[in-house]
Amino acid sequence: MTIIGIDILTFLIAAPAVGAVALLMLPSQMKGLVRFAALGISIVIAAISIVVFFAYNSMNTGAYGMVVDLPWFELIGVGWHLGIDGISAAMVLLTGILTPLAILVSFEIDDRVNMHMALILFFATGSFGVFAAMDLMIFFLFYELTLVPMYFIINQWGSVDGREYASKKFFIYSLGGSLGMLLAIQLIGWSVSTVPAEIVATLSETTPALLSYVAGSPSFDIGVITALWPALTTQIGGVFLGVDIQTVKTLAFLGFFIAFCIKVPVWPFHTWLPDAHSEAPTAGSMLLAGVMLKLGAYGFLRLVIPFFPDVWVGEIDILGAIQTNFATIFAVLAMLGVVLGAYSAFGQTDIKRLVAYSSVNHMGFVAMGLAVAALAYGQAYMTGSSVHIQDAILATNGAVLQMFNHGLSSAGMFLLAGGIYHKTHTRDMTQYGGFWVKAPILGGIFIFTSMASLGLPGLNGFVSEFLIVRGAWSVFTSLTVISMLGLLFTGGYILKGIRAVLHGPFNMHWKDHKLEIDLRELVAIAPLMALMLITGIAPNWILSVINASVSLMMGIPVQA
Amino acid sequence: MVETVSFPVLSLLIFIPIIAAVIILFLPREQKDLIKGIAVTAAFAVFVLGLFTFISYNNNHEMIRAAQDAIIAEGGESSATRMYDETLVFEERVVWVEALGITYHLGIDGLSAPMVLLTGMVTVTGVLMSWRIEDRTREFMAFFLLLVSGVFGVFVANDLFVLFFFYELAIFPMYLLIATWGWVKLREYAAMKLTLYILIGSVVALVGAIAMVLQANTFFVNDGAQIFANAVESGILPANSSELSFSITQLTLAAENGAFNLPFVGDISFANVWFPFIFLGFAVLAGVFPFHNWSPDGHVAAPTAVSMIHAGVLMKVGAYAALRVGIQLMPEGAHTHLPWIVFLTLINVVYGAFIAFRQRDFKYVIGFSSVSHMGLVSMGFATMNLVGMTGAGLQMFSHGAMTALFFGCVGMVYDRAHTRDIPSLGGFIKIMPWVGVAFIIGGLASMGMPGLSGFVAEFPIFQGMWEASPTTVLQIGSFSLTNYYAILVIIAALAIVITAAYVLRVTGQVFFGEFDRAKYPDVDDITLRERFILVFLGAPLILLGIYPSLIAPMLETGLRPVLALLGVAT
Repeated sequence: MTIIGIDILTFLIAAPAVGAVALLMLPSQMKGLVRFAALGISIVIAAISIVVFFAYNSMNTGAYGMVVDLPWFELIGVGWHLGIDGISAAMVLLTGILTPLAILVSFEIDDRVNMHMALILFFATGSFGVFAAMDLMIFFLFYELTLVPMYFIINQWGSVDGREYASKKFFIYSLGGSLGMLLAIQLIGWSVSTVPAEIVATLSETTPALLSYVAGSPSFDIGVITALWPALTTQIGGVFLGVDIQTVKTLAFLGFFIAFCIKVPVWPFHTWLPDAHSEAPTAGSMLLAGVMLKLGAYGFLRLVIPFFPDVWVGEIDILGAIQTNFATIFAVLAMLGVVLGAYSAFGQTDIKRLVAYSSVNHMGFVAMGLAVAALAYGQAYMTGSSVHIQDAILATNGAVLQMFNHGLSSAGMFLLAGGIYHKTHTRDMTQYGGFWVKAPILGGIFIFTSMASLGLPGLNGFVSEFLIVRGAWSVFTSLTVISMLGLLFTGGYILKGIRAVLHGPFNMHWKDHKLEIDLRELVAIAPLMALMLITGIAPNWILSVINASVSLMMGIPVQA
Repeated sequence: MVETVSFPVLSLLIFIPIIAAVIILFLPREQKDLIKGIAVTAAFAVFVLGLFTFISYNNNHEMIRAAQDAIIAEGGESSATRMYDETLVFEERVVWVEALGITYHLGIDGLSAPMVLLTGMVTVTGVLMSWRIEDRTREFMAFFLLLVSGVFGVFVANDLFVLFFFYELAIFPMYLLIATWGWVKLREYAAMKLTLYILIGSVVALVGAIAMVLQANTFFVNDGAQIFANAVESGILPANSSELSFSITQLTLAAENGAFNLPFVGDISFANVWFPFIFLGFAVLAGVFPFHNWSPDGHVAAPTAVSMIHAGVLMKVGAYAALRVGIQLMPEGAHTHLPWIVFLTLINVVYGAFIAFRQRDFKYVIGFSSVSHMGLVSMGFATMNLVGMTGAGLQMFSHGAMTALFFGCVGMVYDRAHTRDIPSLGGFIKIMPWVGVAFIIGGLASMGMPGLSGFVAEFPIFQGMWEASPTTVLQIGSFSLTNYYAILVIIAALAIVITAAYVLRVTGQVFFGEFDRAKYPDVDDITLRERFILVFLGAPLILLGIYPSLIAPMLETGLRPVLALLGVAT
């Protein structure tokens, strides 16, 4: 598929960046022109991402589509290798939908409009790049690249008191966390060249990705690494770089694990998030919660699970008393994220911090689904036992759908919270109260979005949470049960938020303020609401696309 | 093959700045516009020539690569030297001092072509940056051009004497430029320290070089006579070669055939004795710990354009010479000594970053960051494989552009604010947004942000370290150490976070925050000329980051003969 002669995925990645540069050329005083130009560019990009999604849908396959493979940095075996499958198509769609909404919401920004809009578009470039990457270096490149626009959005347009601290913490935490991943990537890219040619030949019979790979050369192609890197343990084993291979694998795993745990975020690596989300401007929070967190979850699914099946299920002995494995540890952390995130959200008085902790809570469910997938995939790879595969397919479908749903609902919540903040200039919920009286439409939308976030049946949150719980039930029964406590408190904090903002006595301080939702904000949240409803009632429009690829992924070659 | 070129491009590169300098010195000192005009014309001329050689090499390197492959497949005698000979283009050769075997022999290969381009770029921006120097403009421009000519001479030299000649020619104007036009408080001390350090380093290397020439001479007269005769016959060496020669091609021939593996002191080979002297002698200019001490003060004391040349190009001259004369001509010495020299480079990378973090003076931050990044270049050399050394070459180019950009930004702030004290600056991005954005781009490149050239350079260096880890052995007497490169690379990666931290800190403090108009009443935005400088230096950072294959393949082609000599298959 090509647009003006350039293949569609490269165009999708490059177009926001080119658009951003064009915006920067516009005269900065003509704010209206800049705003509508940015909106126009982002709508075009949204249209392209919708076309990409439905074009992929019509391919009726779970395999990669719209693949591009061009030489880029042959010295180290990196190619400009892009492609999407069902999982990435859903994420591309999410990014495409949220970008124009973020820009529309940013119309309220008055200071250096063109720079702000350009940064949003640069962020879109980075996100598209991560989701479409089929090469590990390209993945890493765009993954790190998204940090820069987000840092500046928070640092320059965030709330004056906390933005300096929040942005620096976010940037250094994320960058430092990904250092382990960078080292692991270098190690992996080089080490696939050490796999002997005979093993490559045997494996290429079952793995199409290896067909164009020359044995003995370094490569960062994700398909090649998925085939060869696990084989280093299972088929070669022994000593690597002077250290037992299992130790090397575990260290590389930890590099990836910690980097993505920080991003998702998984408890206890989540501490950057409440500050970053609450101090960011509205568009920043929407994109941070809506898209950026998904980069981490996507990384787990696309990279960590296929690369390290042996490490996920490898036995770990804690003080001789507890036998566990990384998949279970991950599930425990996920459960803690669900429960503690919900408790923390319940305790907040700052509306944006409440929504921020709700992200920790919801992404905990994603992590739970991913933990199930890791366990099942690892077991199937190492022992051939497919006892948990069906559960894993359910849980992974749920996790990916939850990524999509959470993107919609948290973007919606931040849109509303940001709108209220813009009108009242405070995030303190104790100052709100009784807004229903003056802003009934806002109230209705607020309740609708909160219910989607809560997981009310009929709206999208329910479908994904149900799938995850159903999938995790037989795999991590006790942890799932404990997570239900978290779900209870999810209801708690959502209802608390609604009560604090909308119900109770009207705070006379706001007597003369305009509290009702603007037309612009209404237009921005309408697509999100529509999608939340449609996905809740008829989720198959997206679930079938996701399922095709998830099933393909879980039907992995079994290790004899 | 030495073909005489109809158009002596490389000699022009060297002589255009010299002739321009001489012309300028004869002009009356009041004619500042004419002086500056001639200087900038010469600068653009060498830039265009450098770009021309770069593009020519780029267009031809596939062909050269194929020729190299053919030589590898064929094997045979002196194959690495033949590869090296194939790699050199635009060769010029004139016999100079026949009795001593000195020839005026120039040539450019895949490693020196990007360096020549970089030098051209930094020359143009350096001259433009110095546009407002009012005090003895004539002398400044003349010495600056002499310096540039010396740098070009080293990069294109294919004769050791020519290399040293131009190496020294580059050092002496540095002293004058820093001592006369530098920062009053520090200039004399810094200029003297810089000159003494670099001169002593180069003297040590010179002694080693002369020893090499004599050793090769003995070899060719005795055991290697047949090899010498074969080489002359097959055309690798010109017909009028003598056994005593400073020619790098001839010395490569000697090295490949074991001239420097012969015992020198007891049973320690010549290469093992002399390599540390030559490598570290040149590495002084590359800023390798513990001989880096001249560099921070030198950077700070120098006027902006001189800092740009110093950090951007001159330090690369040292690294280049260390590679060309040290590693290429004494590969056995490289195998023995680089495994411990790598520890020095690690100290550069990490320690340099930590020290940069502590600085209050804007220029000292950049100066120590240069020390840190040049450590990466030397670390890339220590990997002794194609990936790592290409990364080192990429880092030389990327860091050159980046640090010239940094010093340009610092200069633009300092020219207006008249202070470099970070805590007293602030909010400058509101006044000079272009400088702020350029500094941010440079800063992101410096911390290795993917999408910019710094990442494209650092990644292969680290990759090369991983790759070298299983096979590199440090042998001291009976003590041997293997598989430690992996640990070194993990420690070096720490520097990335420290770099990120100090870049963010400095950017935030200098460019963001509140601008104190009362303290800086006449600070204004930069001129078109200065914007040109920023774009000119910033564009390569982005272009190389997006498309590393602009330079990487050329570097690989240039490095393959060196790796063949090191005994590494490519």
